[in-house]
Amino acid sequence: MGEGGFIGVMVLTALLCFVIAGQALDMPMRIHTVLGALAAMAAAFFTLNRYFKRPAELPPQEIDGKPNYNDGVIRFLTLISVFWGVVGFVVGLVIALQLAFPALNFDVEFLSFSRVRPLHTSAVIFAFGGNVLLATSFYVVQRSCQARLAGDIAPWFVALGYNLFIVIAATGYLLGVTQSKEYAEPEWYADLWLTVVWVVYLLVFLATLWKRKEPHIFVANWFYLAFIVTIAMLHLVNNAAVPVSLFSSKSVIVWSGVQDAMVQWWYGHNAVGFFLTAGFLAIMYYFIPKRAQRPIYSYRLSIVHFWSLIFLYIWAGPHHLHYTALPQWAQTLGMTFSVILWMPSWGGMINGLMTLSGAWDKLRTDPVLRMMVVSVAFYGMSTFEGPLMSVRAVNSLSHYTDWTIGHVHSGALGWVGFISFGAIYCLVPWLWGRKQLYSLKLVDWHFWLSTIGIVLYITAMWVAGILQGLMWRAYTELGFLEYAFIETVEAMYPFYLIRALGGALFVVGSFVFAYNIYMTIRYGDREEAAAAPSSAAVPAE
Amino acid sequence: MYETLAKFSQTWGLLYFVILFAAVLIYALWPANKKRFDDAASVPLKED
Repeated sequence: MGEGGFIGVMVLTALLCFVIAGQALDMPMRIHTVLGALAAMAAAFFTLNRYFKRPAELPPQEIDGKPNYNDGVIRFLTLISVFWGVVGFVVGLVIALQLAFPALNFDVEFLSFSRVRPLHTSAVIFAFGGNVLLATSFYVVQRSCQARLAGDIAPWFVALGYNLFIVIAATGYLLGVTQSKEYAEPEWYADLWLTVVWVVYLLVFLATLWKRKEPHIFVANWFYLAFIVTIAMLHLVNNAAVPVSLFSSKSVIVWSGVQDAMVQWWYGHNAVGFFLTAGFLAIMYYFIPKRAQRPIYSYRLSIVHFWSLIFLYIWAGPHHLHYTALPQWAQTLGMTFSVILWMPSWGGMINGLMTLSGAWDKLRTDPVLRMMVVSVAFYGMSTFEGPLMSVRAVNSLSHYTDWTIGHVHSGALGWVGFISFGAIYCLVPWLWGRKQLYSLKLVDWHFWLSTIGIVLYITAMWVAGILQGLMWRAYTELGFLEYAFIETVEAMYPFYLIRALGGALFVVGSFVFAYNIYMTIRYGDREEAAAAPSSAAVPAE
Repeated sequence: MYETLAKFSQTWGLLYFVILFAAVLIYALWPANKKRFDDAASVPLKED
């Protein structure tokens, strides 16, 4: 029944896509609707095929009184996140090199910085980070609720549908499709598709919570829920747009002027707050205790952390618009909340770090745990730097300079990257039934390569940013600007080289990471082989 | 406009956040909830 309806909707979607493709006013729209039609037909075909092959009964909720977890979709999401991670890091290195050597765009429009840069940001944030969040949220919600993931095809629809959105967004950027909103570049049709996928994601998550065996909803699930709900709200408001035509990839945003800027940075900063922070804090609250085999240091602090973080973050956006047409009171409001936000952030950091009390020795022997702990340290560092930079006087120096880029990367590479690597290093042996990772030594290599890479990156950007800010505001005795803009660009050159070197180390680290994951799955020792060689009849999924 | 909004946020806005924060603190520190929260701290350690 559910499958029949789904196949029907997919066939209709394919038809609609073909009709639009035939009438499309521009090439990107034609390519994307053909892509959409192919994806919808593939979905209908595989669902039908699966229907005839699967047993009449759906998989049981429990086997022998234990929850029958649905891990197939999580395995897919874990692998695809490793893939997107490596792609996103490599593309980041390419644009870092383009800044030092502009000739590297080879005068090809598809490789111009302005098209490849959103490809990098979306690939690392939404493709890598997003798939890590989908994978871990599906894992954590099942384990902490002691219940099987809700839905039969719905989780797969979310996983594949989300990645289709990524492909549409990524190819669109290279073809020049953009609505020019940072971190919300995809055009109206991609946004509508993501809305459908996201609503199904919310429903799968809520329905799993609904049938939980644990009476209490574990704090990580609260963070995941805040992430899912808030991203839905931000996405809908910021992307409110009227398409030029049903057959065109171009749309016009309904907001205008400073209101548009405010909505954009309300979205933009909360994408940081709820996508890159709340979601990954959920990972911290589940994976660090699990890996360290220690309970959360203070569960009460985690409750205070959660409610204060989500109620404060939503107001911090205006600090992106200091010294603009935005009214002064709104700037002050944003700055004040950004500074207050320092407290819950550090409360959470302390809670994560102190979870290791009684297990500090594990930092020496377990590089995976070390990676996650250093990630929390980076979280503390960037959530101190952020409030500092939001202060209007500091912002007058730092804004529009590379200091901002350095700040973003200490959060993104250090906090989000390391906690994601740690979570994937934990997940892969659990999901594939391996005793341990293929090589902890390689995790060590990954850790040190990336750590040195990040340090080179952020120190280069600090120096570059402050230098840039000081050069921009330098006046001669006669009151003229001391430097032409091009002189400030030339001054950046050595720092761009150091940044690219740091990025290259991070990329090499990610190759080591991917290799280790591949070898663990391909050649890792099976869990059940050691425990009971005779009883081979272990349910595969 | 600035005066009105500043006044509003410095009174009612402040009150809203103080009440909110107090409510969260009371919930988190309420003695009857202690056992539940102590158990919840170990949820990740439960065997699958």
